Amino acid sequence: MRTISPGRIALIAVCALVLVFLILPVLIIAPISFSSARFLTFPPPSLSLRWYQQYFSNPAWMQATRVTLTVAFFTVAIATPLGVAAAYAISQSKLRIMRLIHMTLLLPLVVPIIITAVGIFFVYVRVGLVATMPGLVLANVMLGLPYVVISVLAGLQSFDPTQEMVARSLGMNRLRSFFAVTLPQIKSSVVAGGIFAFISAMDETIIALFISGGQYQPLTKRMFTALRDEIDPTIAAISTLMTAASFMLVLVASARQPKKA
Amino acid sequence: MLALVSPALLVILALIVLPVGWLAWQSIYHDGFTLENYRRIVTESIYWRSFALTFEISLLVTVLALLLGYPVAYLANAVPRGWSVLILALVVLPFWTSVLVRAYAWLALLQRTGVINQFLRYLDVIGEPLALVHNTFGTVVATVHILLPFMVLPLYATMQKIPGDLMHAGASLGAGPAHAFVRIFLPLSLPGVLAGCTMVFVLCLGFYITPELLGGGRTVMVSMLVSRNVELYNQFGAASAVAVVLLLSVLLIFFVVSRFISLDRVLGQK
Repeated sequence: MRTISPGRIALIAVCALVLVFLILPVLIIAPISFSSARFLTFPPPSLSLRWYQQYFSNPAWMQATRVTLTVAFFTVAIATPLGVAAAYAISQSKLRIMRLIHMTLLLPLVVPIIITAVGIFFVYVRVGLVATMPGLVLANVMLGLPYVVISVLAGLQSFDPTQEMVARSLGMNRLRSFFAVTLPQIKSSVVAGGIFAFISAMDETIIALFISGGQYQPLTKRMFTALRDEIDPTIAAISTLMTAASFMLVLVASARQPKKA
Repeated sequence: MLALVSPALLVILALIVLPVGWLAWQSIYHDGFTLENYRRIVTESIYWRSFALTFEISLLVTVLALLLGYPVAYLANAVPRGWSVLILALVVLPFWTSVLVRAYAWLALLQRTGVINQFLRYLDVIGEPLALVHNTFGTVVATVHILLPFMVLPLYATMQKIPGDLMHAGASLGAGPAHAFVRIFLPLSLPGVLAGCTMVFVLCLGFYITPELLGGGRTVMVSMLVSRNVELYNQFGAASAVAVVLLLSVLLIFFVVSRFISLDRVLGQK
């Protein structure tokens, strides 16, 4: 019934342009990655997989990929249980200090990452964690924790804690009642939180620039260095793969995330 | 319960509270107490110019993001559900693309031999390629691109809570659409504007990758001062002082904003 006014047409046109601005750069990468040209040309002269071959046959890129995947895997394996335990404690406890602790756990989202990176670098130099795998994992656990905490807290909001009390009154101990009653019901927000921690670890660049080195350099650090020196279409291939991977993970995560998170 | 939360807390304390504390200490202590590092920020032009530039760029990026983001959030809120899901999906999609990937994309688009220059030359609009990147322009474009979702999402969330009846009521009392928008909708959406602007501004203050890759070394933002003092000049005290001032600016902004709206609202996204 609504008549389409000129104002509305203008609004739709502006929005369409903004959306193109948002999406186009992400989409432009794929055609470049399949182009045969050594330098960026558009439209590509012919299709080819040479940049993908370049990537998969280069030991340095492969080593960096292994580092990234290993770091992301251990980050999720550590950050998820820690984050779930913390979120559970925050939601159950009535201690006043919990509010402060909750805020503290969100600090990685508040402190500019360059500051965190330099600070961790200074600390790592002292304790000998620079250019090590544990050092990288630990830093990514710290960055991933807020995602798990936020996601699981959202999941726990729609969970009725009296169910757990019932289970305990029937003789389960606290631990068993958590695993038997609570965890299955918040499972999807746990998985979503874990996936966000994984993506965050895969993407992390700035801390890696300061604290990683030698054979333990993640993909993002090598990409950053490569982008600073010369623009090689191999990066377009890597970017396309990374984008495809994180979109798939986000799809899985958002299908599992409770509404209103 | 404290036992359950303590492992996570320990990680945060060890990897963010302790390192930041270390920076603060290092900025005022070097063979004794000193304010030399802070004096330098005030007196040496490269430091305060960089702070000024960073605030200018952040302000510009925030205003641009607001101008681009507000109509999108408004439209997403005014169309039927299927369309709004699509619009929001398009907004969130780049959100989940690596910042590095998007920096690469903008380099591919904006450089001298990039897609945009080639296209414009093909159309004979320009003779010489335009200098679109390795300058402040390229930095601002890519930064707006990265931060725009942080503006749209809180705006959309706030607008969703504005009852549509209010606009009808305004119309029934004789207000035209424009008048009703300015008097009713706009004021009610201001908390979202504040939340979005805060997030974009604060994130922009600490931006590193984008200005480093697209700024071409001339657009020295504060984050780059920090990293150069560490990596190139080994000036740890200076780097720490710059980091402390940057962090205090961010905390001050959050503190001031928290007087007006709840911080949960600002940090709710990502």
